[in-house]
Amino acid sequence: MITSVDCRIDATMSMTLSSSGLNKIGSLHIAQTCLSMPSRHRSWRLLCSPICSASVSLLVEERRSTFDREKADRLVKDLKKVFNSGKTKTYEWRIAQLTSMLKMIEENEADIYRALYQDLSKPESEAFISEVAMTTGSCKLALKELDQWMKPQKAKTTVTTYPSSAEIVSEPLGIVLVISTWNYPFLLSLDPVIGALAAGNAVVLKPSEIAPASASLLSKLFREYLDNSAVKVVEGAVDETTALLEQKWDKIFYTGNGRVGRIIMAAAAKHLTPVILELGGKCPAVVDSNTNLQVSAKRIVAGKWGCNNGQTCIAPDYIITTKAFAPKLIDALKNELVEFFGDYPMKSKDMSRLINLYHFKRLTSLMDEDEVSDKIVVGGQRNEEQLKISPTILLDVPETSQIMQEEIFGPLLPILTVDNVEDSFNIINSRSKPLAAYIFTSDEELKKAFVRDISAGGMLINDTIIHLTVDSLPFGGVGESGMGSYHGKFSFDSFSHKKGVLYRGFTGDSPTRFPPYTPAKLRLLKALISGDIFQVLRSMIGLPKN
Amino acid sequence: METGYLRELRQSFSSGRTRDAAWRKSQLRAILRLLDENENQIFQALQRDLGKHPIEVYRDEIGVVKKSVTYALSCIDKWMAPKKNQLPLLFFPSRAEVRPEPLGIILIFVSWNFPITLALDPLVGAISAGNTVVIKPSELSPETSAFLARTIPAYLDRKAIKVIEGGTDIAENLLQQKWDKIFFTGSARVARIVMAAAVTHLTPVTLELGGKCPAIVDSLSATLDLKVAAKRLAAGKWGACCGQACIAIDYILVEQKFSSALIELLKKSVKRFYGENVKNLKNLSTIVNKHHFNRLRNLMEDPAVAASIVYGGEVDEENMIIQPTILLDPPLDAEIMQEEIFGPLLPIITLDNIKDSIEFINSRPKPLALYAFTKDDAFKKQIVAETSSGSLTFNDTVIQFVCDDLPFGGVGLSGFGRYHGKYSFDAFSHEKAVLHRSFYLELEARHPPWNDFKLRFLRFAYMFDYWGLILLYMGLKR
Repeated sequence: MITSVDCRIDATMSMTLSSSGLNKIGSLHIAQTCLSMPSRHRSWRLLCSPICSASVSLLVEERRSTFDREKADRLVKDLKKVFNSGKTKTYEWRIAQLTSMLKMIEENEADIYRALYQDLSKPESEAFISEVAMTTGSCKLALKELDQWMKPQKAKTTVTTYPSSAEIVSEPLGIVLVISTWNYPFLLSLDPVIGALAAGNAVVLKPSEIAPASASLLSKLFREYLDNSAVKVVEGAVDETTALLEQKWDKIFYTGNGRVGRIIMAAAAKHLTPVILELGGKCPAVVDSNTNLQVSAKRIVAGKWGCNNGQTCIAPDYIITTKAFAPKLIDALKNELVEFFGDYPMKSKDMSRLINLYHFKRLTSLMDEDEVSDKIVVGGQRNEEQLKISPTILLDVPETSQIMQEEIFGPLLPILTVDNVEDSFNIINSRSKPLAAYIFTSDEELKKAFVRDISAGGMLINDTIIHLTVDSLPFGGVGESGMGSYHGKFSFDSFSHKKGVLYRGFTGDSPTRFPPYTPAKLRLLKALISGDIFQVLRSMIGLPKN
Repeated sequence: METGYLRELRQSFSSGRTRDAAWRKSQLRAILRLLDENENQIFQALQRDLGKHPIEVYRDEIGVVKKSVTYALSCIDKWMAPKKNQLPLLFFPSRAEVRPEPLGIILIFVSWNFPITLALDPLVGAISAGNTVVIKPSELSPETSAFLARTIPAYLDRKAIKVIEGGTDIAENLLQQKWDKIFFTGSARVARIVMAAAVTHLTPVTLELGGKCPAIVDSLSATLDLKVAAKRLAAGKWGACCGQACIAIDYILVEQKFSSALIELLKKSVKRFYGENVKNLKNLSTIVNKHHFNRLRNLMEDPAVAASIVYGGEVDEENMIIQPTILLDPPLDAEIMQEEIFGPLLPIITLDNIKDSIEFINSRPKPLALYAFTKDDAFKKQIVAETSSGSLTFNDTVIQFVCDDLPFGGVGLSGFGRYHGKYSFDAFSHEKAVLHRSFYLELEARHPPWNDFKLRFLRFAYMFDYWGLILLYMGLKR
């Protein structure tokens, strides 16, 4: 029997509790509190075993937030001063930060893997691909291209402003807040920060408290490697985030879910702060019978269970395939699962675990719902102590079931079947636009139709996930899956203001600009705008001398 | 619960017809016809709403939209085409592209000061991008609002483009619906309300706001240059809707020793362009309504401000006219120097050294436009590098608005998002990244079960060290 008390615990608290021996059963699981709870009346709900509940009450006390509005005020004021000094705008400063960031990642790889293993049981190779390699890649790209990116872009001028020249100058926005999440705590913290630094901004990073080892490592590394006067990490949870959100930022970058995304946008609205919201959604994968089944299955398994065990914003959430093809697909998926994780996936070292008990319970209740639990065709096993759920495939769950209503973000894969593969389009379009949409087919017409008729943040034909790694492609959502995009130069652009600059001399004024306004001027004006050279000449001949 | 008009718009969008290049072009051409065939009605509406002279109307409204439509028609095929991307060899064989697609249903809030341009210019962008649209004109320009409500359904696809007239309650109702994008031109106060409402459906917004747009005037030695500068400054203040423009000059910064010369030239231009007697002014728009008239009059009534008036200050309440007014060094904490003026009052602030203007500007919110009249190249570079504004124009005013290759939008409190030219198309599009992969050449190293070889492979792969990969495969690399 579990006693439950809701609580908000920050990294320090969790370490205190774990060192007291409460961590015997695994790690201390931090529950997400209801964000609408006012900080005065926090109730404490600690998910732990009954043995510990007595000792818990001794340790759990009302924790005063150490990062409050006053601290946030001062933080922003200090950062503004540094930004206004012009230091962060220089090419040298930006290159220095990016170079240090690269060193930071390369010199601390082992610690990064350790933190990721502690937070998520993430296997090292997965961590390398998805967290280390991608961030070092972003640093290197920025270092290589920054001088090009920073150059003003020439703009064309027309006869209306002749003689003139124009350019578009990129300038930093000022002070940027990056709020990151727990599933790829390094990637989703560092990638936006790299973009913000490349664009010349001062940055505050608020990593997710739900991945506490990663958060405190980030905090330590930033202090050691980056310019502390302009780049800061604020650790914490709801209170700290709220204090930060009350400030006026020049841009806020948030990765996470739609519910918190709304809170952030609402806070931003007060200061008219532009936001980038990288959210999620239910990313569908359509599987046609006309496809290379083995490779498709491999790539689906990789994208679903090979990436943080389904806890990825662009993981294939659910599959749609034809009734006839479903059994073959399920078999192929089963085979690939064994290839990847062996016969006992729960014991495989190559599979991440679930982040915490809250999500474990959320996922098990999705599986255990009536009319859903009997649709499990593969998997369904769970181990609460280890926070693991085996790769689970479900066939034809009702579309109204909870598992088909919310983003799964876990190792459950529902397969919906249709009569004809084209029917899948209606299912997808009847839902909110996802962050990614996938299709596996060799049928060129079907591919074309999919690209044309489905709207999603990004799309991948015959594969999953990897479009994220192409930094010449913008990465971002649309509709419920978010707004704004980044990666590669898009990151630089997202954190810049593109200022239009027009240079004129003192000659070249069309007489139509200034009063007194005469009918002749109107004729000339019309001619100029229509670009009809004869009309212009005619009007000019009729124009009285100035 | 979707209302009737929204349902119709969604149906039109789902049918796919707005995505068709032919549809988009036909709608754009229809806008041209609408303007050509109703010129006099437009002149009349704007005369009634704002006392605008037909030349001002043609130059700032009809002409601007025609230019935008013509440009869009000539570029739309290029804009609509997917952009191919280069991929690293590692991904071979794959191809990638970025494909623009319409967002869906757009809501455009129009401001009253340029009621044709600020309705139709964004409309051009929304249509080019293949969306359906609702235009909400401002109730403060009722004649133009009625004109749009009458003519748009007559010329454009009425099931895809609608005009909804009304005041605050209509606007509130609109804000409760689900839009795919909201495009707002107006004040920061209302912008906050709009953005807060957009939160419910996570609707992206473009906010074109305003601010106090300063004009830095360096000491110019050549007489001709001075004359031209004065004309452009006058036109930049009073020439567009009598100062009621988001990019009108709000105030001027000039060196003490140069200020009287400048003021004399400005007075000359004002008298020539607009006349001297408040009862006899011409070529000047009126103040839009009593509320703004009173607001502007109150700005002048502060005794310290009134004392700083060096020209003008007269009002004609019956006809809602305020004379072009020049003030010399009103107190910086007076309201006239705190809020956006949006009217024909021009404070001139003197400085000891013109270079101090940079700090002056930087200590205030970022404006939508910044103007600087100078021939000093080093000073120009300094202004570009050390100030931030939506846009920056040297030696002229307002005219950056018609440069379709320059993004038009604000930064900081002057707004976010941008449009004009291709930026309009982009503002109403979603750029969808599409990666096509083949089934061949599956990289086994991507997948579990993990082992040392795979990890080493991945390290080379991520460095695009193809030689290293080959050697690894051949067993020659450790």
